[in-house]
Amino acid sequence: MSLPIYATPLEKTWHHIRRILCCLVFLFLIAPILIVIPLSFNAEPYFTFTQKMLSLDPTGFSLRWYDALLTTGMHAPEAARGSSWWRDMWEHAQWISAAKNSMIVGFFSTLLATTLGTLAALGLSRPEMPARRIIMAVLISPMIVPIIITATGLFFFYSSIRIQDWGIPYLGIILAHSILGIPFVIITVTATLVGFDHSLTRAAASMGATPWTTFRSITLPLILPGMISGALFAFVTSFDEVVVVMFIASPDEQTIPRQMWNGIRESISPAILSVATILVVFSVLLLTAVELLRRRSEKMRAADTSI
Amino acid sequence: MADLSANGAITGSNVAVTPLSTTDGRSLKTALAAAQSRAKRRALLLVLPLLLFILISFVLPIGQMLLRSVHNDAFSANMPVLSAWFDENPGKAPDEAAYSALVSDLRQARADKTAGLIGTRVNYDLAGSRSMFTAAARKAPELEPPYRDAVLAINADWGNPALWQAMRSASTPYTANFYLAALDMTRDPQGNIVRVEESRRIYVSHFVKTFVFSGVITAICLILAYPVAHMLATLPLGKSNLLMILVLLPFWTSLLVRTTSWMVLLQEQGVVNNALVATGTVDPANRLSMMYNQTGTVIAMVHILLPFMILPLYAVMRPIKPHYVRAARSLGASSWTAFRQVYLPQTLPGIGAGALLVFILAVGYYITPALVGGASGQMISNFIAYHMQSSLNWSMAAALAAILLAAVLLLYWLYDRLVGIDNIKLG
Repeated sequence: MSLPIYATPLEKTWHHIRRILCCLVFLFLIAPILIVIPLSFNAEPYFTFTQKMLSLDPTGFSLRWYDALLTTGMHAPEAARGSSWWRDMWEHAQWISAAKNSMIVGFFSTLLATTLGTLAALGLSRPEMPARRIIMAVLISPMIVPIIITATGLFFFYSSIRIQDWGIPYLGIILAHSILGIPFVIITVTATLVGFDHSLTRAAASMGATPWTTFRSITLPLILPGMISGALFAFVTSFDEVVVVMFIASPDEQTIPRQMWNGIRESISPAILSVATILVVFSVLLLTAVELLRRRSEKMRAADTSI
Repeated sequence: MADLSANGAITGSNVAVTPLSTTDGRSLKTALAAAQSRAKRRALLLVLPLLLFILISFVLPIGQMLLRSVHNDAFSANMPVLSAWFDENPGKAPDEAAYSALVSDLRQARADKTAGLIGTRVNYDLAGSRSMFTAAARKAPELEPPYRDAVLAINADWGNPALWQAMRSASTPYTANFYLAALDMTRDPQGNIVRVEESRRIYVSHFVKTFVFSGVITAICLILAYPVAHMLATLPLGKSNLLMILVLLPFWTSLLVRTTSWMVLLQEQGVVNNALVATGTVDPANRLSMMYNQTGTVIAMVHILLPFMILPLYAVMRPIKPHYVRAARSLGASSWTAFRQVYLPQTLPGIGAGALLVFILAVGYYITPALVGGASGQMISNFIAYHMQSSLNWSMAAALAAILLAAVLLLYWLYDRLVGIDNIKLG
């Protein structure tokens, strides 16, 4: 965004104004996410900076809200913090069990979405694929259809087939979340397959490789970055999903977003902010992983074209 | 397959008289067709598991749900005798036979405990009628003929033509009444379609509001995203990748986290108000109320949807070479003309892609309006949730959902036409 030397003073001013505007937009994007981090260390039950916090007085900060995350729902939160306290926490603390549920649902729905989504993306990117456009439109549609409509439809569907009585815990949520994650897997995997050189698989086949060997040692390594970032998208989608869970999950199937939703609607306490902080750290880690994968994929592309 | 057909072509050129054939003697045309259909089948086979999964557990449930908007047999299934009377006597005012049918059905309803269901169905069309059905069903066993007088003795409202009109329209399981209601219309006692009274018109205005809201949010996103995407596109790759993290981090952060942060920031006792009071910009007595109204919803939704605008714009702007604008300038165009006539047209695909995507996502938004919208920031999705969870008028929820879905699918089709679904980019 360098300024040409022939710029008039008016253009120079406008250039600087635009720069400031861009910085403000970046601030708008990032500030709300960062603001929860210091606030979650508040010693008082307020959602704003106290005088003590502003003057960086150590007594104004505390870990009490993080502690509250562990102790809420425990049978004996006041007991001495020995092994029995930790066991109690692991088994009974509300947020811990919500986190466990979220992880289970996220893992299995990601697995399902990634497997089915990758297979479909492989088929869709073949030049012979019939009715490609309409099938693609159907497979991407879960991303576009308003979530409340999806949730309502699944609510009636699951109650009509009595999915709760099948005896498989979380089955309904896992299926629903994998539907929501599939578009992301298809988009990322087809993106890595765009420049895919089909003569590579033909070469492997002509040298006697079975289709499975060809897939494992030629196609898979090339699409792996796309698969992993698609899987991460699918996991985040599931990990952040609250509307479908509210409509179809049984009351004991609490997940982190559902617990947060209840916390926000009913009794908002700064404990929510400490959950938010943990989730922000989590998303920073995910973003780093996706960035690294993207660079790796770009490097592989560059290596391909240079040969 | 390529090898086979090549062989065939060579044999064919040597023996010019016979039609082209493969080495095993089949005609080349059929061999190629077989190979192509085999490849087609293979491609389809890879897609099939997912397609079936989506069709069965996503498309079918939504279709089933939408069926509820035109189909509701709570009345017709539980009031068979009266429904038959309505069928036989179209447009006739209720006579003694109708009242006798009513009483016999109500007696059955009392035995089956379905009076509440029936009353709820009629109540959708005529508010306040549910209790009449439950009360009449309770007394139905003791009623003596003539039934007309006996029923009117329980409640004179049973003679109300509007009630009979509502029962008549409920007596067929298929009805368009929920769509009429979703468009703020109703049937008068003569069966004509009229608009409901002024004070009860809520849905049309909320559809309009949802679309205006989404339009405003899209416009704000475009205005904010355009200079940022331009800056990212013209910076050297290393720097722009670094700044891109600031766009992608919100994209990856939980929606509830972002909504919570805005609640914290915008509350009356929140960070923004406190800062404004501390700097003296705002009087402590009248702090700005930015939460639980439209302002809060718009701010939070712009924040959530902004990355969806920046990313497609950036993808389009990055490959644009600066030479065109420079050429325009060297030919004497002012910087505004060069931007308007040279740069802007090249970014139109990005503007279209981003604006449509943001608009589609905004129209169906639920979570943020539900948490920070208050009374004035509610969108049509929130009404669907209300009818699903609180009023339990599922047919109404389905009718609203059908209208919303039609709008979204239309936009989706437009997106596919203009941008192409394959071109959706994430990060």
